[in-house]
Amino acid sequence: METATQILLLVAAAIRLATPLLLAALAGLYAERSGVIDLSLEGKMLAGAFAGAAVASVTGSVWVGALGAILTGIVLSLLHGFATVTHRGNQVVAGMAINIAMAGLIPTVAQAIFALGGQTPQLGPAQRFLNVALGNNALTFFAFLAVPATGWLLYRTGWGLRLRAVGENPYAVDTAGLPVARLRYQALLVNGALAGLAGAYLSMAANAGFSRDMTAGKGYLAIAALIFGRWAPVPTMLACLLFAFADAAQAQLQTVRILPSQFVGALPYILTVLVLALVGKGGGMPKALGIPYVKERGA
Amino acid sequence: MHRLLSPVLMLVLLALAPAAVTAADFMPAIVFDMGGKFDKSFNQMAYEGAEAWRKENGIAYREFEVTSPVQREQALRQLARRGAAIVIAIGFSQGPAVATVAKEFPNTKFTVIDAIVDAPNVQSVVMREQEGSFLVGMLAAMKSQTGKVGFVGGMDIPLIRKFAAGYRQGALYVNPKIEVLENMTGTTPEAWNDPTRGAELAKAQFGRGVDVIYAAAGGTGLGVYQAAKDAGKYAIGVDSNQNYVQPGTMLTSMVKRIDKVVGEAFTSARDGSWQPGTRDLGLAADAVGWALDQYNRPLITAEMEERCKQATADIVAGKIKVSETCSNAACTN
Repeated sequence: METATQILLLVAAAIRLATPLLLAALAGLYAERSGVIDLSLEGKMLAGAFAGAAVASVTGSVWVGALGAILTGIVLSLLHGFATVTHRGNQVVAGMAINIAMAGLIPTVAQAIFALGGQTPQLGPAQRFLNVALGNNALTFFAFLAVPATGWLLYRTGWGLRLRAVGENPYAVDTAGLPVARLRYQALLVNGALAGLAGAYLSMAANAGFSRDMTAGKGYLAIAALIFGRWAPVPTMLACLLFAFADAAQAQLQTVRILPSQFVGALPYILTVLVLALVGKGGGMPKALGIPYVKERGA
Repeated sequence: MHRLLSPVLMLVLLALAPAAVTAADFMPAIVFDMGGKFDKSFNQMAYEGAEAWRKENGIAYREFEVTSPVQREQALRQLARRGAAIVIAIGFSQGPAVATVAKEFPNTKFTVIDAIVDAPNVQSVVMREQEGSFLVGMLAAMKSQTGKVGFVGGMDIPLIRKFAAGYRQGALYVNPKIEVLENMTGTTPEAWNDPTRGAELAKAQFGRGVDVIYAAAGGTGLGVYQAAKDAGKYAIGVDSNQNYVQPGTMLTSMVKRIDKVVGEAFTSARDGSWQPGTRDLGLAADAVGWALDQYNRPLITAEMEERCKQATADIVAGKIKVSETCSNAACTN
């Protein structure tokens, strides 16, 4: 009985911890299936977390706050697109630049607006995503429903086919008369919205307000989950759940005091390295990932 | 980038330095650690102490908020170079930086809080967190209905182990059968600023039957207090009086009077009574304690208050010995 409750608690914790990872990983999935590497998930999440909490705290509405987070994510995505799609800049560098810029800019903006040392005011119940059913909040349900929705969009619609094609072979897409850049921008719009929501989950559901560096590396973990999930929705979700489960188990193991906390704390990361090493070059990577598209000109 | 910037910065500062010295005869300075001066905790307490001192004496102070570990030495050095008479460094992680910079500026006074640095111009202030934690451990045990109480620490370091050890001993003092669950958030400085993780650790402990959690984890603690509020359980704040953060579910706060230490250091440096060496402050010096105010008044019964008073007297008198570490019999059921 005791064990059953423990396992149930562990699963519940894993679902809570998996939600922001899943939203971010799906965000990454859209961008990368269209051929744009997205290392900027961390920065977009941080910006989304701040924008969500800040807007919610000013307007008093959780939904307006979420909208703020989505728009902020989209703006950063467009910036990423402007650098990498329009101007064909290095995608990795542009992504890291966004992360570093956000890590510095967000606390500064937060300090300028609220003067609380880079935090937002604490959010009241009306400004947060509270549990709606089965001990979970709306964002968690949205995240897990987004998995089949993404699968359907990618594999069952014309838009999905074109999106995947542009990530595999943009030349063919261009030859077919379809706009490569526009498709990549469309993918980045979805990417920004989801990444912003992933951040909003941290500041408006898991916590009640934004604090400095609160993403704590989750954006990078989401990228690992995406690679482990071979850029496909369901395996990516399972990867997120696995990482989250390791994290939740870590919290439980620690209280037992058998293993030193340093070792237990490293477990999720050891697991990540092991898993990625085992998966190796198992395919699934969009072939045009990271390669800016340069339109061929006739001789 | 720091490597490139710092020479430029230093040139600018060197040019400014003479002007700064003549502008104020006595210039105190303070360096906050990561977490920032509005962390509702440790650094904020120091900030409030400095602010109170400024208002009382009408003397401005210089400050620096460290946002990355590489800035500590730089910040201390800059303030010393700009002619600060005394530089207070907040937090154990500034210890090594103070040791380095104090050597370079033998005529500047340094006070470091929560670390011990052995140098002729350094005053080290350490506090007996275990004594204050003992008292809140007693309160937790008296409040708990389930016979299980929890502890969430920030970064896993000896300092935080002191909090945990005192808490455990206090809880066991009241109820020898009590179960104390302990979690550390992490092993890197990020562990001070991860409220999501704090909330998750708290939920895990609540799930195992804990109904009072003491968080000594800086900004991470805010997640613990929120989780307690959401679950209708109790939490205990740390460093500054955090009872106001979640009125009604904050049982109390273990208070470290860093504000007092900051004020005393500034004042003593000004009137010349400042002494290097180590100040080890505990309940007897009223440097640690537990907070009782309008926010937690309804949660504390007269009996709880009375027993804490008695224990305080016993600790001051040496009748109760609170150990810094949990290797002895007082820490086991």
